[in-house]
Amino acid sequence: MAVADGRRAAWEREKRRRSIAVAAASSLVVVAAIVALVPRMPRWDRVRASFFDGAQFRDSLPRLIDAFWLDVRIFLWCTPAIVALALLVAMARNSRSAALFPLRVISVAYTDVMRGVPIILWIYLIGFGVPGLGIARPWNSPLLWGSVAMVLTYSAYVAEVFRAGIESVHESQRAAARSLGLSHWQSMRHVVLPQAVRRVVPPLMNDMVSLQKDVALVSLIGPIEILRQAGVDKAKFANFTPYIAAAIVFLCVTIPLTRLTDWMIDRERRRTQGTRIG
Amino acid sequence: MTAPRFSLRGVRKSFGDHLVLDGIDLEINVGEVVTLIGPSGSGKSTLLRCLNLLEPIDDGEILLDGVDISVPGIDPNPVRRRVGMVFQSYNLFPHMSVLDNVTLAPVRVLGQEHSVARERAGVLLERFGLADKAASYPDRLSGGQQQRVAIVRALALEPEILLLDEITSSLDPELVGEVLDVVRELKATGMTLVLATHEMGFARETSDTVCVLDGGRIIERGAPERVFSQPDSARARQFLERVIRSGRL
Repeated sequence: MAVADGRRAAWEREKRRRSIAVAAASSLVVVAAIVALVPRMPRWDRVRASFFDGAQFRDSLPRLIDAFWLDVRIFLWCTPAIVALALLVAMARNSRSAALFPLRVISVAYTDVMRGVPIILWIYLIGFGVPGLGIARPWNSPLLWGSVAMVLTYSAYVAEVFRAGIESVHESQRAAARSLGLSHWQSMRHVVLPQAVRRVVPPLMNDMVSLQKDVALVSLIGPIEILRQAGVDKAKFANFTPYIAAAIVFLCVTIPLTRLTDWMIDRERRRTQGTRIG
Repeated sequence: MTAPRFSLRGVRKSFGDHLVLDGIDLEINVGEVVTLIGPSGSGKSTLLRCLNLLEPIDDGEILLDGVDISVPGIDPNPVRRRVGMVFQSYNLFPHMSVLDNVTLAPVRVLGQEHSVARERAGVLLERFGLADKAASYPDRLSGGQQQRVAIVRALALEPEILLLDEITSSLDPELVGEVLDVVRELKATGMTLVLATHEMGFARETSDTVCVLDGGRIIERGAPERVFSQPDSARARQFLERVIRSGRL
């Protein structure tokens, strides 16, 4: 790309050099301040012993990673269920015919109610409430109903994402599909949804990153996943280091997922909107 | 004398307070080429969309081979199989290859086998000079190629009537010719065509009947030579003079 190595390229190099210098200097000041000041706090020694205990970290980590598999499993079975339910809700909300009016009302009420209550409350209400009806094992497991609560709440959010995607497909696409004799549902299935889903993959990934973390909330009603295991270790050894270890395990998964999401958002923007304004 | 393919009687249509079609009476015979011209907003596109049942009409009736297709609540799909439509902005499906665009309706609507639909699509694409584009995606094609694919897509259902809604209006001038050639070829096969257009020279050359629309009414109709040279209505004359002054005729 030695096409335009003129005045402008030199100016941009200089600008870039200066902004890197500013960023490096300011980061250095912040890090230096933390390193210099935090150990001077009166009880730093106690905090270091109870949060950053290396031996404790090494002892807990394998147990935490074992427990983390449960988080991964919950995530893996919740995700397809969420996508399927959210698609159904989004399509119900987008239905046109008068006969489906009740379905539209139900789906609007569903998204409003599920999004209007904190997810922790749903986990308590569904996770304790439904097994409390006296359902026989294994259908009374808190793990099952906690997962159901996750699926129900997340589907409400994801349904809104799908709905935005469906509405972003131009009316003329539907007109073309209908003019060819395709029914409403055939147009949806073959023309509208494939385009809608493609467009909402990036925001969808955002929700999946959140879900990956929120899975830990299921621990509140019993299942021993990583957060619960960290709590057990904390109580047993009277040390908070397991929480730090759990946080690191989460970061190992969520950071790559977030980067992947950003990359996909960027790619989608480049594809649809051309070059970015500097 | 065979019965007209389409009969429109007193067709009215409004969007909210805006009356778009104000009592249209029109007969379209088998194999006839009818061209709708007129200023923007005169109701040309809406009329075509009504014939394809994309817009329900408020009053009047539309008969297709003597059968009323404007009955409220009628299943539009059997009608649409017989009445194809091509749009100004092509409206190809961007997530599908050219071949899939063309075979979608034959497979899903007519229930053709994939292999049969592909073979027939291949023949049609070949006929319109698009054989080498079958695997391409629409955004890789020029406007003229996209519009020809849209025509092939409509033809794949083997319709008896084709509605062409300003199909050259989005095209660069040098691409208009290739699309109009396709329309000439369709006319030669004896297909019934109803087109809305701003290409007056083409309208004059191709049409059997020209209708001038204004304010949702047909204010002039007849053979192109007469309509273009000595229109009866003052407003039609006005419109045609404006067109001539702007160099489009």
